[in-house]
Amino acid sequence: MSEIQLWTTVFVVLSFGTYFFIAWRSRVSDTEGFYVAGHGVPAVANGAALAADWMSAASFISMAGLIAFLGYDGAYYLMGWTGGYVLLALLLAPYLRKFGKYTVPDFMGDRYSQTTRAFAAFAAIFVSFTYVAGQMRGVGIVFSRFLESSIEVGVVVGITVVLFYAVLGGMKGITWVQVAQYTVLIFAYLIPAVAIAQRLSGIPVPQIGFGQIMQELDQLQQQLGFSLYSDPFTSTSQLDVFLVTLSLMVGTAGLPHVIVRFYTARSVRAARYTAGWALLFIALLYTTAPAIAVFAKTNLIQDVANQPIDELPGWVDNWDDAGLITINDLNGDGIIQPNEAFDADGEIDVDRDIMVLANPEIAGLPAPIVGLVAAGGLAAAMSTAAGLLIVIASSVAHDVYYKMMRPNATERQQLRVSRLTMAGAVVISGFFGIFPPGYVAQTVAFAFGFAAASFFPAIVLGIFWKRCNAAGAIAGLVTGLSITAFYIIAVVYGGMTPWATISPSGFGAVGMLVNLAVTVGVSLATKPPPEHMQELIESIRYPAAVRRTTEAGRQ
Amino acid sequence: MSATDRPSPQVPPEDGRGWQREYWRKNLQLMIALLAVWFVVSFLAGIVFVEQLNTVVINGFPLGFWFAQQGSIYVFVVLIFVYALRMDRLDDEYGVSERDDEGSRL
Repeated sequence: MSEIQLWTTVFVVLSFGTYFFIAWRSRVSDTEGFYVAGHGVPAVANGAALAADWMSAASFISMAGLIAFLGYDGAYYLMGWTGGYVLLALLLAPYLRKFGKYTVPDFMGDRYSQTTRAFAAFAAIFVSFTYVAGQMRGVGIVFSRFLESSIEVGVVVGITVVLFYAVLGGMKGITWVQVAQYTVLIFAYLIPAVAIAQRLSGIPVPQIGFGQIMQELDQLQQQLGFSLYSDPFTSTSQLDVFLVTLSLMVGTAGLPHVIVRFYTARSVRAARYTAGWALLFIALLYTTAPAIAVFAKTNLIQDVANQPIDELPGWVDNWDDAGLITINDLNGDGIIQPNEAFDADGEIDVDRDIMVLANPEIAGLPAPIVGLVAAGGLAAAMSTAAGLLIVIASSVAHDVYYKMMRPNATERQQLRVSRLTMAGAVVISGFFGIFPPGYVAQTVAFAFGFAAASFFPAIVLGIFWKRCNAAGAIAGLVTGLSITAFYIIAVVYGGMTPWATISPSGFGAVGMLVNLAVTVGVSLATKPPPEHMQELIESIRYPAAVRRTTEAGRQ
Repeated sequence: MSATDRPSPQVPPEDGRGWQREYWRKNLQLMIALLAVWFVVSFLAGIVFVEQLNTVVINGFPLGFWFAQQGSIYVFVVLIFVYALRMDRLDDEYGVSERDDEGSRL
């Protein structure tokens, strides 16, 4: 066993042990605890849990690598996956918390109609399954690379651990485990970044130090005949960057596993602060990622571009063995000439995922840090998987089974159904982790487009516009979703030429606007919602149930 | 913008739903102001005017690039905390903050 494997094993066993311990301490026996942790999580802890929920294997492992090859254009991930929290905090979180039920379909059902509830439950389940498969894959990759076990073994170990603590503790267990997982993943991300920033730029703050390194990188790219790293719109159009950013923001604000985090908050006030703490915790990673991207890209170009193949550094061989770097000397001169994208059309093909995973090795950091990064990647993948599983379980057990099929089911029956659903969902997602459908990457675009074009307009209008009725909401949902689904499928699978350079992942914003227009139009053309609905909307706008007139005024 | 149009801080308006309309209007004003900042730092500074801003370079960062990959994220965090703090004040002013039995904030 190599030193790296030894340290990886140590960190993985330690962190998993902690998760088990926390889950056992916070096991639950009622549905309120199981679905929303008894509405009792303090804002800072809830924020950390939401941050871990949100930052998946994609954020931790893939994002910096993607940005490294997109340059400026990678900004749509950075702004898109953080700006949505402003929308959540100002437009959704406080009101959904005041509403105070268990799930997103609950709100749709109570505000509009049973049909909307069914539709929303289906959408929540679909979006969550799309996501969870990708997380299991991430677990498998970390196990196979760092422990040299097979991906299958990795996935089985991963699902067993998640199954244990999610089924036992429900949302309460998941929440407190996620707080621990956030701690593991943020240290695993920041420690190597700080060390590399110090080494390259002499400044131990990656967010500040990467400015001067980027100037070097711009020069390096220019010498190779590539476009400048900091130049905007090299990979796509300005309009597309705008729309992808907007789609990711709105999609974030419509994702069920994110929204449900505001139901676990202790109060309306705590829901607002949860959004703030969550984004602060997320920003620690998201402002570091573009720095890692610049450092890693600079190291990569210096180490391999125009270098003789026989004299490449050792880390290249390691990742070549793992199949994530492929060298192909097309012109046979024994020297590597990469193309701009570093893909198979040039002489070296670099998998985007290694930019974070290999970074400590590239920078020559000691083995314990490599092991920590592995544990961090696992924490990111498992925390997100668990959050998604609770959404699937609550949608099936609460919205479909209890609210639609058996309104008189007891607490025990509901809990049994949700635990069984969760176990079933874990096994299915594990299966997708081992045999991934070929379209995982595209389905992520689908999930965001789906969330942006469906949930977001219906929830926001439901809160801010009393005149919005069920007919309008359903018409908006159906048209928004249909046009988004049509566009993504036609472009990705049908070979349709994109309209006005809009990429499939940017079309969710268009779908959302269509949804808004249709909802407003149809609502105005049909009868206003009933009186009791107006009362419901009125009640969620004010945090306290009873107004304390004696304490009003400013002392 | 807070107190000029209210009768007196000591006498909260009790005229049916008048205070509710006022509370809601102030909430919307705050929300729109913050969303305007949200739009300016991300979509305008980071995307629409990125090329013009990039002519300014600070500490190695072209300014437009910095807004797109760093600055907008910092501003987002600040916006949410400003919203939460201002809403605490607004809730107290209108007596709708949630309190436990001892009267301390939930």
